[in-house]
Amino acid sequence: MWSNLPLFPPAASKMAHQVDYLYFFLVGTTAFFTILIVAMVCFFAWRYRRKKNPVATQIEGSMALEMTWTLIPTAIAMFIFAWGAALYFAETRPPRNAMEVYAVGKQWMWKFQHQEGQREINVLHVPVDRDVRMIMTSQDVIHSFFVPAFRIKADVLPGRYTSTWFHATVPGTYHLFCSQYCGTQHSGMVGEVVVMEPAAYQQWAASGSDGSLASEGEKAFMQYGCSMCHRADYQGRGPNLVGLFGKPVLLDDGRTVIADESYLRESIIYPGAKIASGFKNIMPNFQGQISEEELISLVAYIKGLGTGQSNPPATMAEPTAVYPVGPQPEKSQATPSGK
Amino acid sequence: MATAVQPVEQTNYLNADYGIKSWLLTTDHKRIAMLYLISISVFFWIGGLFAMLVRLELLTPAGDLMQADTYNKAFTMHGITMVFFFLIPSVPAVLGNFLVPLMIGAKDLAFPRINLLSWYIYVVAGCLWLYTIITGGVDTGWTFYTPLSTAFSNTHVITGALSVFIAGFSSIFTGLNFIVTIHRMRAPGMTWQRLPLFLWSNYAAAVIMVLGTPVLAITLLLVALERAFNIGVFNPALGGDPLLFQHLFWFYSHPAVYIMILPGMGVVSEIVACFSRKRVFGYNAVALASIGIAVLGFLVWAHHMFVAGISLYAALVFSLLSFFVAIPSAIKVFNWTATMYKGSIRFDTPMLYALGFIGLFTIGGLTGLFLACLGVDVHVHDTYFIIAHFHYIMVGGMVMAYMGGLHFWWPKISGKLYPEAWAKLSAMFVFFGFNLTFFPQFVLGYMGMPRRYQSYPPEFQVLNVLSTAGASVLAVGYVLPMIYFLWSLRYGQNAPPNPWNAAGLEWKAASPPPTFNFDVTPVVTWEAYNYDELDKPQEVPIAR
Repeated sequence: MWSNLPLFPPAASKMAHQVDYLYFFLVGTTAFFTILIVAMVCFFAWRYRRKKNPVATQIEGSMALEMTWTLIPTAIAMFIFAWGAALYFAETRPPRNAMEVYAVGKQWMWKFQHQEGQREINVLHVPVDRDVRMIMTSQDVIHSFFVPAFRIKADVLPGRYTSTWFHATVPGTYHLFCSQYCGTQHSGMVGEVVVMEPAAYQQWAASGSDGSLASEGEKAFMQYGCSMCHRADYQGRGPNLVGLFGKPVLLDDGRTVIADESYLRESIIYPGAKIASGFKNIMPNFQGQISEEELISLVAYIKGLGTGQSNPPATMAEPTAVYPVGPQPEKSQATPSGK
Repeated sequence: MATAVQPVEQTNYLNADYGIKSWLLTTDHKRIAMLYLISISVFFWIGGLFAMLVRLELLTPAGDLMQADTYNKAFTMHGITMVFFFLIPSVPAVLGNFLVPLMIGAKDLAFPRINLLSWYIYVVAGCLWLYTIITGGVDTGWTFYTPLSTAFSNTHVITGALSVFIAGFSSIFTGLNFIVTIHRMRAPGMTWQRLPLFLWSNYAAAVIMVLGTPVLAITLLLVALERAFNIGVFNPALGGDPLLFQHLFWFYSHPAVYIMILPGMGVVSEIVACFSRKRVFGYNAVALASIGIAVLGFLVWAHHMFVAGISLYAALVFSLLSFFVAIPSAIKVFNWTATMYKGSIRFDTPMLYALGFIGLFTIGGLTGLFLACLGVDVHVHDTYFIIAHFHYIMVGGMVMAYMGGLHFWWPKISGKLYPEAWAKLSAMFVFFGFNLTFFPQFVLGYMGMPRRYQSYPPEFQVLNVLSTAGASVLAVGYVLPMIYFLWSLRYGQNAPPNPWNAAGLEWKAASPPPTFNFDVTPVVTWEAYNYDELDKPQEVPIAR
């Protein structure tokens, strides 16, 4: 066991090195101040020991010194804050056009769903040199998606989507941990992230899946009767969903929200939470009626509507030129979301 | 042992009255402090036992020593016992209770009966907690995160949460008592500027106890209500919000860190001044830093939630404020170090603990910057890095200070001297055992080992073995003092009123002090830490 004692995790993503540089800076700062304090304590302890220095010299304090050791640490702290904050922005805001993978955490496993339709448990295959955005939810307690080799982590909450992203740089197999304590088998909720060469990944993604995630969503969309009301011709009792994703939606209380994954999810589970302006609160509540996996496929399907990735259902006509969710509201002129 | 002629035994708080009733119905702050000392020591050993179970399980990568549920209960009960039943009451309820009136020249605390009540509440809470442990325990982690605690755990969450809820009232009462006592009952001449720093820091901690604890109480009550009656507050399946729980929980539990560390800082100020024979360097800055920590400490709670799904901008604000709270702590460390400059330093056991505190608290504080720093926290959050960090503060800082304080004031408390050689030996055990236990955990954390893992990948084993080895050394360091303190009660030499020739009114009372502390209310005409005056009459240097 001594022959194999790694003291540092592998660095396999773009972000990993960025985090390591800041970490080294912090380790250096910590070492410097710790050694400074310990050296001063030891030197004073030896130099002014009672035998050598029987009578103490009283000193009240020193404004100059105290200002020095207040202001210098403050300046260093502000520098670390700014650096850490810049990194955090990069860590938490996924780049546009990232490939998306959905994850559902449950006691005690990870389930992943790929756009191409692949599903896997506790193993996540991703291509190297690609931005990958994880869209995650839990079907029971809070979990946390943690890949040490990528230096990323994000809690996975029941009842909402959270996300994180990474850009793997080195093919290989890396630990995936659940890092938020989640009950009995918490330490068994582990898995692997397999980073593959793009060609190998393509081959893997194409094999053995029967239809894409969006096509599964389409089936669910029909099966649950969503298409009865959510028509594309503005004649439905519910808003037209074609091209909806990522756009601002005017609500009947005057607020505007961006139609992101969390909004779509919430509007399926609790339709009454946010009513689109001009519509009635008539949609049935799907809470407890639909699994997180089906929800994900529905969300993926709705996201693809109007982008050419999903087929509008039969009742949906061709989308019209300008996007409004319903009877034309005044200021919901479509602008690409800047989220 | 003592061959010298015993002086005529004077009446003191220990022999003023006899019998169990005289203890259980006492309103003497010193006796209540002793009741607390005994009861928190019991919980320290219980909490320590659970820690040993955890460390033993982690010797091997596989979860082979106990069931997963047992392991989860072990770390949960280690955490709850240590935080709520040992660390929070430790310095305030034992040393604070004993010393606050003595240090300001008062006969007792402002509300002696409430003081006794606070101990009884603590005992009720402790008994409920023991009942929880005996009937099967809790497995939610000491943080009681929802919805795990309210909807998924099959253990005794309600009694566990209620015991913490009840214990909170005892700390509210202690805090209230300290605030009123320090405001209203200072001896003539004992101005705020002359207050020993131990009182400044206990005052700051008392403010947090009074303002913060009710929030925890409400939060845990809501957990119990949601669990018992399915009212939806935190569980999203019932329309609640799990992050609301985390906000409320950390609104108390982060300041609670300062309830634990501030009184310890006070102890260190007293000890460093005494054994350097100097006034604390920058007294005003150190006193104000305590208040600064208490205030800023309320504004940083969400740094426990940087990866929990809070908004980007909330995270920015809390990160910035977390860096600010580090500054007063840094000021204190520099001031203690500067206090030693041109001092006349002796290395008795209390000073060894205080020096250990300075070193370990420095590491604990600086590693806190890693966690305040957003970019790095994302990686180290919920790993062993954070375990190492807060043990450096709680054990390396607070427990070191508590042990240092117990040794420093033991002659005053018991009227007996403890055996110095054994005490120095045990201080060494504590220092080296502590570092061996917790330093490897920093490395483990950055490698990515998550906290609360019963089984782990094999490459983490060597560091875990080191840590467990250190824990056994640390245990020896804690067992020794318990033995020689008890031994000294019977066989120790009688202590003079002021064995360290220390400044402070508590040393002007007899050892042990009489029930009402001072026959005549003292009038204070000197600054705190007037070591120049104390050392002046003796022209001959104290040789040792």
